[in-house]
Amino acid sequence: MSNQLAGPVADVAGQTGYPDDHPPRMGFFTDTSICIGCKACEVACKEWNLVPTDDQGLRGTSYDNTGDLGANTWRHVAFVEQTAPRRQPVDLGMPEVGPPGGQTAAQTDRDVRWLMMSDVCKHCAHAACLDVCPTGALFRTEFGTVVVQQDICNGCGYCVPACPYGVIDIRPGDGRAWKCTLCYDRLRGGLEPACAKACPTKSIQFGPWEELRERAQRRVEELQAAGLTEARLYGADPNDGVGGDGAFFLLLDEPEVYGLPPDPVVTTRDLPAMWRYAGAAALAVAGAMLAAFLGGRR
Amino acid sequence: MVPEVEFRSYYGQPIIKPPVWKTPDVPLYLFLGGLAGTSAVIAPLAELTGRSRLARAGYLAAAAGAAGGTVALIHDLGRPARFLNMLRMLKPTSPLSVGSWILASFGTSAGAAGAATVTGWLPGPARVAKAGAALLGPILTTYTAVLFADTAVPAWHDAHRQLPFLFAGSALAAGAGWGLVAAPTVETRPLRAMAVVGAGVEALAERRMRSRLGMVAEPYRTGRPGRWLRAARWLTVGGAVLAATGRGRAAAAVAGTALMVGSLCTRFGVFEAGIASARDPKYTVVPQRRRLSALAGPGEPGVGKTGPAVSAPPP
Repeated sequence: MSNQLAGPVADVAGQTGYPDDHPPRMGFFTDTSICIGCKACEVACKEWNLVPTDDQGLRGTSYDNTGDLGANTWRHVAFVEQTAPRRQPVDLGMPEVGPPGGQTAAQTDRDVRWLMMSDVCKHCAHAACLDVCPTGALFRTEFGTVVVQQDICNGCGYCVPACPYGVIDIRPGDGRAWKCTLCYDRLRGGLEPACAKACPTKSIQFGPWEELRERAQRRVEELQAAGLTEARLYGADPNDGVGGDGAFFLLLDEPEVYGLPPDPVVTTRDLPAMWRYAGAAALAVAGAMLAAFLGGRR
Repeated sequence: MVPEVEFRSYYGQPIIKPPVWKTPDVPLYLFLGGLAGTSAVIAPLAELTGRSRLARAGYLAAAAGAAGGTVALIHDLGRPARFLNMLRMLKPTSPLSVGSWILASFGTSAGAAGAATVTGWLPGPARVAKAGAALLGPILTTYTAVLFADTAVPAWHDAHRQLPFLFAGSALAAGAGWGLVAAPTVETRPLRAMAVVGAGVEALAERRMRSRLGMVAEPYRTGRPGRWLRAARWLTVGGAVLAATGRGRAAAAVAGTALMVGSLCTRFGVFEAGIASARDPKYTVVPQRRRLSALAGPGEPGVGKTGPAVSAPPP
């Protein structure tokens, strides 16, 4: 089988060894252009998956007080406030209310815009967390998603720095690695994941991956035609560094603005090269010692 | 002074998660693994060439290093009681799985060889154990470089060609250092050459790594990891020079101690440099952006994960 470590994969679950009658690859299309930042996804996820509470402090940077994905945050709503060049508003024929007391904007050439994005585990076609897990606790499901078996994980922590997105983490006080399961239990029961179910604007869409990709492509074309030229898909390309994300996104700015890596690559792509260099270095070590002990004898 | 690179981020937060591996557990394991790995080769070579005290010191260091390293690794687990799950499968895509099998096999052989050295029992099986440990020793010293490099940590992954040689040099220096401390000078002549070669390989690998990494080499130069590595350089080079030129038992002991402490400092430096490179989104974003721009060709906006890029609204 080709592209075991990197590159496009036609059948993610099939490559793992599931028989041909396995269900199609399932995933999320998160359309950030219609996210309203309500965090219903975060709450629904915590409720369904019994994820413990996080630090409840205020971060003082934005309305995002969750911070980032981690062992106790499997959906995270990022919140970005930006100033952007003023767009000509469309007259909807609605009654208008101006600012009170004759106030005007200090800078009339620009608008404030809010970017909101519900981030989640990407369920990569080539998942570094799964590749490096030494115990087999992380596994590929029949839906092509990536899940941790909590009864096997021994908390070695290797998956944590392996993830190019910074998703999976060790839960403090528990010692094991936790992340989004794409609601594996609900999928097995024929239900959609809790976050998608709870999303009031359908910013989070769940479905067969191929179908979602077509839908996302139509949506991005629609937005660009409407003048939102910054709309772009992130993670929907099977030719990218991780073989395509099971959970991909429509973004309105560069990925790093949302805390996403611009060009992530599964680290195991380079594993054969790493072993070649380690093997050569090991031979050098052996050679140096043999020479020191046996070469010096006269 | 290089001008500060410009990049965008989400409130300066890290993109990848820094390793949760504990210190001193993991850097200490790297050091002990290196020391044990080279000692396991030194010991039978010393035995073959009639250096009995050096052989004994080597067998004991190999056994003690493997045992200490294993304890450090188990202590590092989030669920130490489940350490046997490490041997649940042999998984070629996981350097930690492969490494666990290497360490388990090496530890068993080196432990048996060490026990036989102390007790003198079962000389036949002891020879098999000694040979096994000697064969696995070299890969024990360098597989840990694959362990670090097979992550998204920029300062480790990008150094995947140089780290094995850096660790190899450091392990040679540590093993030679232990022998210089533990054995009489009449037996340690080969170790002097080994110390010089080890220090040289480590210095060359580090130089090459820094020039290849570009901006991602910064964490190896600055802050606490920078201080660890500067200390490592002085101790290792100083130890090697003293090992090569010094006369008498005292000079050998000082040289050997410097070489071992230098190796330990190298491991702490590399470990902390990786963590520093993971904590700063700069080291994740900037190289990836440059890669995208290089792919797109000169003057073209980056094309990659997001398709054709468009100019972002002005800040």
